Amino acid sequence: MNHYNSEGETWDLEIKPKVSLFSLNLKEVWHYRDLMLLFVKRDFVAQYKQTILGPLWHVIQPILTTLMFLLIFGKIANIPTDGIPPVLFYMSGVTIWNYFSGCLTATSNTFVANAGIFGKVYFPRLVLPLSIVFSNIARLGIQFGILIIAILYYALFKQVPVVFGSQWLLLPLLVILMAGISLGLGIIISSLTTKYRDFSVLITFGIQLLMYATPVVYPLSFLSNKSYAWIIYWNPLSAIVEGFRFALFHTGSFTYSSLLYPFIFMIVVLLFGAMYFNKVERTFMDTV
Amino acid sequence: MNTVIKVENLSKQYRLGQVGTGTLSHDINRWWHRLRGKEDPYLKIGEANDRTQRGNSDYVWALRDINFTVQHGEVLGIIGRNGAGKSTLLKILSRTTAPTTGSIKIKGRVASLLEVGTGFHPELSGRENIFLNGAILGMTKKEIKQKFDEIVDFAGVERYIDTPVKRYSSGMYVRLAFGVAAHLEPEILVVDEVLAVGDAEFQKKALGKMKDVSSKDGRTVLFVSHNMTAMKNLCNTIMYMQHGKIVEIGQTDTVINHYLTHSEINSEMVQSFAKPEDAPGNEFVKMKRIEALPILANPFDPITIETPINIEFEFWNYVPDKELNLSLHLYTPTEECVFNVYTDAKLLPEGLNKGVCEIPAHLLNDGIYSVSMMIVAERAYSLYNFEHVISFEVNEKRGISGWHGKHAGIVRPKLNFNFV
Repeated sequence: MNHYNSEGETWDLEIKPKVSLFSLNLKEVWHYRDLMLLFVKRDFVAQYKQTILGPLWHVIQPILTTLMFLLIFGKIANIPTDGIPPVLFYMSGVTIWNYFSGCLTATSNTFVANAGIFGKVYFPRLVLPLSIVFSNIARLGIQFGILIIAILYYALFKQVPVVFGSQWLLLPLLVILMAGISLGLGIIISSLTTKYRDFSVLITFGIQLLMYATPVVYPLSFLSNKSYAWIIYWNPLSAIVEGFRFALFHTGSFTYSSLLYPFIFMIVVLLFGAMYFNKVERTFMDTV
Repeated sequence: MNTVIKVENLSKQYRLGQVGTGTLSHDINRWWHRLRGKEDPYLKIGEANDRTQRGNSDYVWALRDINFTVQHGEVLGIIGRNGAGKSTLLKILSRTTAPTTGSIKIKGRVASLLEVGTGFHPELSGRENIFLNGAILGMTKKEIKQKFDEIVDFAGVERYIDTPVKRYSSGMYVRLAFGVAAHLEPEILVVDEVLAVGDAEFQKKALGKMKDVSSKDGRTVLFVSHNMTAMKNLCNTIMYMQHGKIVEIGQTDTVINHYLTHSEINSEMVQSFAKPEDAPGNEFVKMKRIEALPILANPFDPITIETPINIEFEFWNYVPDKELNLSLHLYTPTEECVFNVYTDAKLLPEGLNKGVCEIPAHLLNDGIYSVSMMIVAERAYSLYNFEHVISFEVNEKRGISGWHGKHAGIVRPKLNFNFV
């Protein structure tokens, strides 16, 4: 029956035990872009079905967190805020930090949470963590909106001038850095979790600990003479959070060159993460 | 003819048991071997996957050195007992897991129906789920839009299209899910046991759609099912698998018959022995002959639900001083007893005796049945039980309905059920 088959035949697809570490198949991910958008929509719509307040929760949560920080770190611990009104200081920190923690928590759970789908159909697995990063951008957008309202409120009623300038162009860059780092770390952890669930335990309190090692509730300048300051300097997220405040309020000890380190860090975790994810996605159904 | 799937030396190894600290030590050992450029030490071990026997190794081969090709437009049925490797093969083919060794080469897009409804989100409406599910299965938004009305129509859920699917009945859910999957246009469709769900009407639709997909559109279908009637109706070729290996690939009827013969139940319709010395039994009784005799106008016709069948049993009796009776059990392939009938007890002369049990037409459903014959003494204890000595298959009466599925129920009696 196979008269027409010759050795030089072309196949559309070859399923093999191992693939090259770098065959990321981004072209295939692009082919599934509609799916990515639908996942974004699903995440967004399904989360607030059967809640009364719906998407309002995106607003309430950062406001309550800001008030809590204001009380504990501002009033009780009396930590300075770099000359920024404390509400704006905490709210800006919470906004960018929530984006990171939201992305990381969700992406690090990719394999385990979606084992049901992954076990039955094939689509490029990378679509899911990517969709999470995008759906969180929508959330970031809402929270950023509230932050803008707060800034305008302070400008109108408290005579705190809005510092609008070219440094605002930094914002998208900072969001991309946050997205890249959380995606990279998230897919590494999700890959590890398929075999060793220990990492899913680690991630919940790990993110909390990391927040205190990042200048979210205190300014970087506060640490200038402290012996433990090196921890915060080695944290690639420090420069991003600090940069976020610099872009909005033009204060703090931020320099443009400090973003080089988070940038390199992002490239490294993304490359390593993609390689590892790529290796694990092919057989994770056997171990998950 | 054009080969669209080529499977070469395909193997898949699984590790059994819990993932725990043992996993870490094996991982480290594996990594250490790789670091020194040596072969994975755990690939050498592992045993054939026979779930009925307790193995010694933590590793089993769910598939071992599988080779086959599938031609364009072929409908390949895969049969085998549970654990034979059928589903593993389909999983590798649909890329939900990777093989351990070997390769599969494919021409065209593969879509799998490993389980319908994959990725359905209960909170989303039918409409939203059609788009989501279609996209998961690899369709673009545009393609789904084109097929949308057809899918809704096929599923018959127009009224509920904007209701969250968690409010759907299970039947509606399955119909919608199958609808999406069935309207994909892959070159190769992989189907695993979709027929186990849904009502009669849906099964008919689903099988009809699969038939269309292969015959009208010329697509290739790989189909796993335990439903031999559906297999016979749909497939041109059958692959019979056992313990992770291919036993036989070939023409549908031949392979299905071999498969049924290989199962532990004797698939012969007759067993007979000329001399008591060779016959099974013991010092009290020996079996001469047991036979299922269908009463057919033409002896070459198949047994259908409309065929009466006589079970004849001849045996040598060595206990003329005891009152004996025969007790017949009829079993389904899954060991469910359909019925147990018995004769009156009486004293029988020494030597050959014969009993006949008449199974009327319109009693049994279609399916395979096996017979056990027990000889009971003094209405109290069994002298010998000839277990599963013969079996026979009752076929669906073809042509009475367009439905290819199996009617529910163990029996299918013809009762007076009329409009009055």
